[in-house]
Amino acid sequence: MIAAVISLGGIGLAAAVALGVAAKKFAVEVDPREAAILEVLSGANCGACGLPGCSAYAKAVVEEGVPANLCSPGGQATIEAIAAIMGVAAEAMVPQVAVVRCQGDNRKAKNKFHYLGLQDCNAAQRIADGPKACPGGCLGLGGCERVCPFGAIEMTADGIAVISRDKCTGCKKCVAACPRNVIAMTPRTATVHVLCNSHDKGAVVRKYCEVGCIGCQICKKTAPGAYLIEDFLARVVYEEEQDAAPGIEKCPTKCIRDFALGYPEGSSFKAAESRPEPEHAA
Amino acid sequence: MVELILILISAIFVNNFVLARFLGICPFLGVSKKVETALGMGMAVTFVMTVAAVVTWLIQYFILIPFNIEYLQTIAFILVIASLVQLVEMVIQKVSPVLYQSLGIFLPLITTNCAVLGLAVLNIQKGYSFLESVVFAIGAALGFTLAMVLFAGLRERIDLCPVPKSFRGTAIALVTAGLLSLAFMGFAGLVKG
Repeated sequence: MIAAVISLGGIGLAAAVALGVAAKKFAVEVDPREAAILEVLSGANCGACGLPGCSAYAKAVVEEGVPANLCSPGGQATIEAIAAIMGVAAEAMVPQVAVVRCQGDNRKAKNKFHYLGLQDCNAAQRIADGPKACPGGCLGLGGCERVCPFGAIEMTADGIAVISRDKCTGCKKCVAACPRNVIAMTPRTATVHVLCNSHDKGAVVRKYCEVGCIGCQICKKTAPGAYLIEDFLARVVYEEEQDAAPGIEKCPTKCIRDFALGYPEGSSFKAAESRPEPEHAA
Repeated sequence: MVELILILISAIFVNNFVLARFLGICPFLGVSKKVETALGMGMAVTFVMTVAAVVTWLIQYFILIPFNIEYLQTIAFILVIASLVQLVEMVIQKVSPVLYQSLGIFLPLITTNCAVLGLAVLNIQKGYSFLESVVFAIGAALGFTLAMVLFAGLRERIDLCPVPKSFRGTAIALVTAGLLSLAFMGFAGLVKG
């Protein structure tokens, strides 16, 4: 008994001493600022900053001078806290918001076949590339809705995803979840978007969708510089400060939408971008 | 001398710890996606195994047996192995942060890698002398590293192959591991023991 205690205790003590010496010898210096930043980050490890996890971002801020304004779930408070730790002026982040680039719900867009399988977009996409005839259209089975940690996505009754611009924090989880790459990150300041993701030619798009972009170039001609047509699909040039609004009226298939004026039909979200003054209760 | 060489060959090829004894499968599957990390893991395991064999042998014959407390073998060996792993972790973190990152959780898991404890216990069970134990440890560790690197090479190739979707990832890795193990069965009976 005594021998057991002494021998095991001795082995443990010897190991502890050796490890203690080694810890001193091989100490890795961690910048205290790194730990402090990790404290103020949201800890969501969502990857919105473009780095694998919060600790990697904290490290990158300290060591590589990566901007302090990339944590979108943390928002402005986090940015200011990081800036205070790093001793730099807080820059406002360019907040991003996810947009579903599709309005082709089950009324407006055709399906190739009737899908009866597992009610999940990734499962449906594996069966003959999904039931929706449009190769870039929203399958409407709610894969993005289920991964959104903030409840910012709803599926309308007609089967299309709509993202609330108020609740979205720009964490990009839905972008990764969507098997058809329908969801895109856009600058929050831009409210006008082309809600179509089909690169098919106009004649083909017309066959399967009422609200698809046919690449007719009319928006580009109406609002020069605000639109770009690539592979028969228009998109708003977010980098330019051009007003894209004039293109909305002229669009023959009505696939351009200004979210400041409301969400696609069937959505319960209210347009809050253009918040009107609250009316005084009479 | 011939004895020692036979022990070495046996540990590396014939009774390969991963492919014939099925010890240490966890890191074998977990850290074998890239050849570099597999090699790094192999090196870490080699160090831990060799030093653990030396220390555990000394503890067995100079502490446990004289004091008649062999029943403490497992806990004493685990104590030694865990301390060694801590040491390796410190060194790798200092010397190669990149490797430290890529090994991730599997580095502390060497502590619970049954290959390491298995080696220490086998040394005692087989009644090896001190020198034989060290040679056996080096052989076992080299065999482990060899299996890891071969398997990582295979997995790198598999990544470029049109594997059916349902087989991707761990499934095809396990099938491959089985085939690799079958290939190593070709060495069976080369050396006794």
